[in-house]
Amino acid sequence: MTTATTGATGAPARPDTPRVVGRTRDRHHRGAWRWVILALCIVFAIGMIAPFLLMVMNAFKSPASYSSGGPLQLPTELYTEGLVKFWNATNFPVKLWNSIWTSALAALFGVLLSLLTAFAIGVGRIRGRMWIVLVFLLANMLPQEVLLYPLYTMAQQVGLNNSGWAIVIIFAVIQCAFGTYLLASVLGTFPKALLEAAALDGATTWRILWQVVYPIVRPTLSVLLLSFFIRPWNEFLSPPVMPTTPDSETVPIALASLQGDRMLDVPTLNAGALLSLLPTLVFFLIFQRTLTRGVTAGAVK
Amino acid sequence: MSNDAPSIIDPTAAPAPSRGRAPTPGRRPSTRVYWLYLLPGGIALTVVIIVPFAMNLWYSLHKWKGGLAPMRWIGFDNYVDLMSDDAFWRSFQNSLWMIVAMVIVPTLVGIVLAAVLFDVVGKNIGTRTASFLRAVYYLPQILPIAVAGIVWNWIFNAETGALNEILRSLGVTDPPNWLGVPGLALPAVMIVLVWIQIGYPTVIFMSALQRVAPELYEAAEIDGAGWYRRFRAITIPQIRPETFVITLTCTIAALKVFAPIYVLTRGGPEGSTLVPSYYTFLNFFDKSKIGYGAAVATVLTFVIIVVAVVIQSLQARAERREEEGR
Repeated sequence: MTTATTGATGAPARPDTPRVVGRTRDRHHRGAWRWVILALCIVFAIGMIAPFLLMVMNAFKSPASYSSGGPLQLPTELYTEGLVKFWNATNFPVKLWNSIWTSALAALFGVLLSLLTAFAIGVGRIRGRMWIVLVFLLANMLPQEVLLYPLYTMAQQVGLNNSGWAIVIIFAVIQCAFGTYLLASVLGTFPKALLEAAALDGATTWRILWQVVYPIVRPTLSVLLLSFFIRPWNEFLSPPVMPTTPDSETVPIALASLQGDRMLDVPTLNAGALLSLLPTLVFFLIFQRTLTRGVTAGAVK
Repeated sequence: MSNDAPSIIDPTAAPAPSRGRAPTPGRRPSTRVYWLYLLPGGIALTVVIIVPFAMNLWYSLHKWKGGLAPMRWIGFDNYVDLMSDDAFWRSFQNSLWMIVAMVIVPTLVGIVLAAVLFDVVGKNIGTRTASFLRAVYYLPQILPIAVAGIVWNWIFNAETGALNEILRSLGVTDPPNWLGVPGLALPAVMIVLVWIQIGYPTVIFMSALQRVAPELYEAAEIDGAGWYRRFRAITIPQIRPETFVITLTCTIAALKVFAPIYVLTRGGPEGSTLVPSYYTFLNFFDKSKIGYGAAVATVLTFVIIVVAVVIQSLQARAERREEEGR
C-alpha cells in the first residue's frame, strides 16, 4: 500500500508499485495538488482574520504614529493609552458585569423554561402538542421588530426600561422558543422503558424529570446553555428596548453608542473593540468543541 | 383526528411508530399533570411574545404618535399607504440582496470550503490542520456584532480607514467613501455579511460530511470517478438535509437582519441600505409613526412565515421524491 497520502514529507508523485495503478495515480495526482489547495485555504484564512489582525495591530499604536505610518505599519512601541482611555471612558468593569449577569441569567432561565416545556411535550405527550410546538416554532420566526414597541411600552409601565432585567426576560423567552423546539425533538426519542420503569416505581413526574430525564439530556442542555449565553452577550435588541443608562448598559450597547463618538481616535476605538472581543474569544477557545457541537445540533435534529 | 400523524412540524411524531392504539399496560394513567410543566413556558411566551404580537397588530390599525398621544383608528390605511411607499419597497428589495449575502454566497462557498477541508486537507494533510482552518473561518461568527461594526466602520472610513490607506499607498489618488456613497454602501455591507456568515455553513457541512459513509467515495473512486464527479454525485445529494436547514435558518435571519445595518450604515446613505426591520425601527423611534412602523413589522412577519412555509414544503417534496425514487 502506498504511503504517499499519509506521509507528511510532502514528496510529490514518486515512482510507485505497479499494483492498483489507477487508484494510486489518482492519489498521487491529488498529492501534488494538495499543497496548492492548502495554500489557497491558508490565503483565504488570512483574508478572514485580516480585520482581526488590523484591529490588534492598531490597538497598540499611538494616534501620532497611526496618522504618520498608517494602518499597515507594524507598531513600533506598545502604546496602551488607548486601552486605558477606553476602559475609563466606558467604565468597562460595570459594563462587563452587566453583560455577565444578564447573559448568564438569560441563558439559565432560557434553558430551564425550555426543559420544562419540552418535558411536557416530548415526555408528557400532552394533547395538541403539535399545535403547541407550532406556536413555539412561529414565535421563533418572528422578527424582533414586531414585538419591539409593545415590549418597550410594557417595560416602561412596569419600570423595567433601563434595567438589565429587560434583557434577561426578553432573551430568555425568545431563546426558550428555540430551545423548546430542539429539546422536544430530543425528548421525543427518550427511551420509553426508562420512563415506564420509573413510573412503575411510583416516581412522580417531578422526580422523573430530575432523576431520569435530566441526567441523560444534560450534554444537550450544556450546549444549549452555552449558545444561550453567547447570544445575549454578542447581540443586542433595538436600543430603546435595551438599557441605555451608564449603569445598566452592557458591553455591546456601550460599544455601539461609542461608535458615533467622533472624539475617539482610531487606536482607542480598536483597543475598545479588542477589549470587548477578548471575553468572547476566551470563551470560544475554552468551549470550542461544545459550541461546534451546538451549531450542528441545531442543524440536524 | 389523531395527533400522531407524522409531520414536519411535530418533532416528536417521527420516532413513535409503535404507539398505535394498543392499550399499553404500563402506560402512565394521565398526561394531565404534564400541563403544569407547560405553564411557565406558556405564560412567558404569552406575555413576551403572543400579547406583544397582538398589540403590534392592533397598533398597525391606528394612527399613533406613541406615548400618551391619542390613537386614532384608521383600519387598513397604513397597509394601503405602504403599497405606494418607495422606502418600503426599497427595503424589501434590499432584503433580496441580504439573502444573496447571507444565504446564497455563504452556502455555496461553505460547501466548497467544507469539501476541500474535509476531503483534501483533512485526509491528505491532517485533521488538526482542517479543524484549525475551520475554527479560523468560524471566528467572525462569534464576534459581537458591535465589535464588527466598529472594526468595519473604521476599515471602510473614507479618511482614516484601513482600506483607503492601503489604496492610497497603492497609488489610488481619490479612494471612495465606501459606506457614504449610495452605490457602494450596499455592496460594502454585503461583504461584511458574507464575511460574518461563511463560518456557519462551513461548520455544518463539515460535520455533515463526517456522516457520509466513506465506502461511497471509495466505490466511486475505484470506478474511476474524479474529485468533481464524486462531489456532484455523492457529496451534494448526501448533505441535502443540512442544505435545507441552512437555507431556511439563514433566509429567516436575512429577512430579519437588523444589528449589522444598525452598526454599519443605519440604513443610509439615502436609504440605500434600508431593510424592513430597520425601517420599522426608524418609524418607531425616529419618525414617531408607531402605527405605520407596526404595519411594516407585520408585513415582514407575514413574509417570513410564507417564505419559511415554502422552503419547508419544498424540502418535504424533495424528501418524498427521493423516497419514491428508491
